Amino acid sequence: MAEILPDVDALAARIPDGAKLAIFKDNGVAMEATRALIRRGARDLHLVTMPTSAFQAELLIAAGCVGTIETSGVTMWELGQAPAFVRAVKTGAVRILDATCPAIYAQIQAGEKGIPFIPIRGLIGSDILTVRPEFKVIDNPFGLDGASDPIVVLPAIRPDVALFHAPKADRAGNVFVGGQLELKTLAHAAYKSYVTVEEIVEDDLMTDEVTAGATIPSMYVSGVAHAPKGAWPLPMPGYYPGDTDYLMRYCQAARSEEGLAQWLASEGLAPRAAAE
Amino acid sequence: MTDYRTEELLIDVIARLLEGVENIAVGVLSPIPGSAAILAQSRAGGPSAVRVSVIGAKLPGYRTDGGIDLFDQAAQGRLGAFFLSGGQIDGAGNINLLGVGDYPGQQARWSGSFGSAFLYYLVPRVILFREEHTPRTLVEKVDFISAAGSNEPNVYRPGGPHALVTNRCLFMFDKARGRFCLESVHPGESVESVRDNTGFDFDCPTHVPETPVPSAETLKAIRQDIAPKIADPYPKFAAEVLGYTAPGRAAE
Repeated sequence: MAEILPDVDALAARIPDGAKLAIFKDNGVAMEATRALIRRGARDLHLVTMPTSAFQAELLIAAGCVGTIETSGVTMWELGQAPAFVRAVKTGAVRILDATCPAIYAQIQAGEKGIPFIPIRGLIGSDILTVRPEFKVIDNPFGLDGASDPIVVLPAIRPDVALFHAPKADRAGNVFVGGQLELKTLAHAAYKSYVTVEEIVEDDLMTDEVTAGATIPSMYVSGVAHAPKGAWPLPMPGYYPGDTDYLMRYCQAARSEEGLAQWLASEGLAPRAAAE
Repeated sequence: MTDYRTEELLIDVIARLLEGVENIAVGVLSPIPGSAAILAQSRAGGPSAVRVSVIGAKLPGYRTDGGIDLFDQAAQGRLGAFFLSGGQIDGAGNINLLGVGDYPGQQARWSGSFGSAFLYYLVPRVILFREEHTPRTLVEKVDFISAAGSNEPNVYRPGGPHALVTNRCLFMFDKARGRFCLESVHPGESVESVRDNTGFDFDCPTHVPETPVPSAETLKAIRQDIAPKIADPYPKFAAEVLGYTAPGRAAE
């Protein structure tokens, strides 16, 4: 059952080096916990982005926490390229497993169903199949009248840990995700889910019909930490907007490795190797 | 003749390509396709006639499972039109959103293929949109195929490229030939200027018309009705291109 953890550092301590760590794309990004992971010097994470990422994957890569990234795209959106991501892929410092968004969703859905693989349309003729040999093309076994119908099959993904930020949890560790219902799918697929929340409430989120449908039962949740403004500098709808100026300053600093190192040090996020 | 901006011409061109589509989805970083989708919706009679979902906007998204719904809608044929772009686009309609050079340590690495390797195959009217029309962007052969322009006949593919809109011209994609055909050139361009700036070979009829400029009525609709709606996800575009600033944002 879900443990209510004292703070994000206690939560980050539960995520081991080398874990296959799934993170979420937009409204529900656990940035405070991400900073805690960097402070604890996490290493060799296998990031799975559901299905893309922006500042979270970029920052984890910048701080040297990532060994492999499985993603459909990492970008700073309107602010341009994600500089540390681009450098790490070009130098080979991070191994990349390039995917496409619905493939990652489908693989995680296969994970929640406990099945080994899942078919998906599209992809045939894409070089994604060339660089991801584990994605295979089979003939549809249910094809009409024996007609040829090639279709791609993908292996299931079961992350060791899913990490995300949500509006509310109750004392039992039930987590209300609001409109971000994909987080239910993600928590179902992961062996463990660690969640930070804006608020911890006294009501039981599972007994109220209004919140129950958008609530992840504590059965799927390993730990919850209270982290107000836990998505900052990314937005949290209903709570606060994103901090675009902060992200712009990051992007400018991170253009060079020196600028990035200075920025990380000034934020108290210098990689462990550099601090030693 | 009415003054208009190239962006407004492109909005008008794309809106015409969306005629008859009931469900239109627009991805990220797409203010011009987003504006065109809202214009097409307005011409068709509003939200009761055409559903438009602009990712990132407060407009209704017609989805409760986020990205999962979007791709399931596409796979089931519920989506009529979508937009894709590419760092490189080639003459066979292949698009590259990933990078230039040998994979994975490429000379240029972009963000990733996003949903292209799926939506391109399943949404009937995928409109390719790339403002920069140069031999650098429109190439003979892409370095990495994020999504292929066509498939063998036995591959299930209800979708695919419909058209390619650039700041110089409109190409339509000929599925049978697997090639682009020049449909019209924007004012100030010619078949020669398009050919000089295109890295791939394309089909060309003997007479290529000029792209019609947006009418006064269309420009009024774009500036008065469309701008406030697109300003929600794209305030900068609405202000700088369409001259619209939402009340309360003036100080920003």
